[in-house]
Amino acid sequence: MTTKPEITIDHIGKDYGQITALGDVSFNIEPGEFLALVGMSGGGKSTLLRMIAGLETPTRGQVLFNHQTREDSAVVIRVMFQEDRLLPWMTVLDNLSFKSHDAQQQAEAKKLLHLVDLDEYAQQFPNQLSGGQKQRVALARALMSHPQVLLLDEPLGALDALTRRKMQDLILRICEQQQLTTILVTHDVNEAARMADRIVVMKHETNYAEFNGPADRHDAGQVGLVAEDVLDAILHDKVPES
Amino acid sequence: MQKSVSLSPALPPKPKSRSFSFKGFLPFLIPVLVVVIWQLSSSLGWLSTNILPSPWAVLKDGVKLTQTGELPKNMSISLYRATLGLVIGGGLGFILGFLNGMSNTARLLFDSSIQMVRNVPHLALIPLIILWLGINESAKISLVAIGTMFPVYINTFNGIRNVDPDLIEMGKSYNLSKRELFQKIIFPAALPQVLVGVRYALGVMWTTLIVAETISANSGIGYMSTNAEDFVDMETVILCIVIYAILGKISDLVAKSFETLFLDWQTLGRSNN
Repeated sequence: MTTKPEITIDHIGKDYGQITALGDVSFNIEPGEFLALVGMSGGGKSTLLRMIAGLETPTRGQVLFNHQTREDSAVVIRVMFQEDRLLPWMTVLDNLSFKSHDAQQQAEAKKLLHLVDLDEYAQQFPNQLSGGQKQRVALARALMSHPQVLLLDEPLGALDALTRRKMQDLILRICEQQQLTTILVTHDVNEAARMADRIVVMKHETNYAEFNGPADRHDAGQVGLVAEDVLDAILHDKVPES
Repeated sequence: MQKSVSLSPALPPKPKSRSFSFKGFLPFLIPVLVVVIWQLSSSLGWLSTNILPSPWAVLKDGVKLTQTGELPKNMSISLYRATLGLVIGGGLGFILGFLNGMSNTARLLFDSSIQMVRNVPHLALIPLIILWLGINESAKISLVAIGTMFPVYINTFNGIRNVDPDLIEMGKSYNLSKRELFQKIIFPAALPQVLVGVRYALGVMWTTLIVAETISANSGIGYMSTNAEDFVDMETVILCIVIYAILGKISDLVAKSFETLFLDWQTLGRSNN
């Protein structure tokens, strides 16, 4: 297993009884790529992400990591959810190392708390933190054990605009530093345009359209243009010519 | 819900300083007033000693029975029955609650039958228990065990069934084994509810023991009370009631201390929000 796995979504689909949540989806995610999945509610974004994480079993098709199934590969996948999902009975530090409290894990947890600027909160409990701080702890926990794939299921959806912007920068910085293959599910086309190298629009139970991210994500004009194109595809079925 | 926060590090909340105040005395105010009024009423002759002996007379009776060794002997046997009954009943309740909470097959097999038995008042079983086991120790301990089993069972079962599924899913995303999932997520999440069951069971424990010792015993606080009734010894009857009240309060304090020990995270402030 390389540190940067290529992810292959191979004709994947999911039915819930008579209802098709995801029809037939196929695309690749390059090693180290930051990909955003956007679309209306019920478009299958989260279902796809959950199948990549192994939390749902596909009805058809498969997800491959460097041409191997999740079980056969040694890939470490971590998910950051919309809710922080911290264990309220554990301190912040213990939440990070909840799988094992050995010295090595504790040391790694302290390093990651430093990375998200929460060193002083190591011995606090989650209910003593604000919403933004909890999500930073959740991000740090997702980075434990050196994951190669980071799946972000609308993790910033409940935050205010300012905190959201700062969290976007933090996630981007960490993903670039650690060269993580990242998939972000979001409703916010501006967030997708600002953060992702590539944007996949999920519509009609499939991957409906794709857009490249802006050449310079710090250029608000470029980000806005990409966001407009993505919005046109979602709302008006306008797909750019390939 | 949106919250405004800063990403820059802020100082953690300062621990609150504690000081003794009038509020600390408030819970004791009513019991103290009742005893003072009771004593005054007896001393001034407003209250006949045939109806209610004075607190001072009850206290003197308690000292006398302690000196003769009767009170310590009966208290220790009652405590033994209560504790052993609770350990057996609570233990069984926890095991059944755990099994039925974790396994759908076990739940389908056992829960319906347990719920049926639970609805029979356990004190209604006293005649049957006496017929089966006589009036020896096992009869009283069995009654306490039956009485305390159901509160622990129902709370353990519900505690496990109501664990936030999001937390379980989070654990699964970290590839936790079933055992790890129970140890690290399900049990700690269910613990507050389990402790509610233990606290309730402590109340049931004393009620059951009082009835069992009053009806069929030759030792214990309940026996002391019944025996005193035969000799119209009002001081001892009142003393036994007061002892039960004190033991009940001590049990509640023990249960509260468990909650403080294991659930301190629930009460730690949200002062940083």
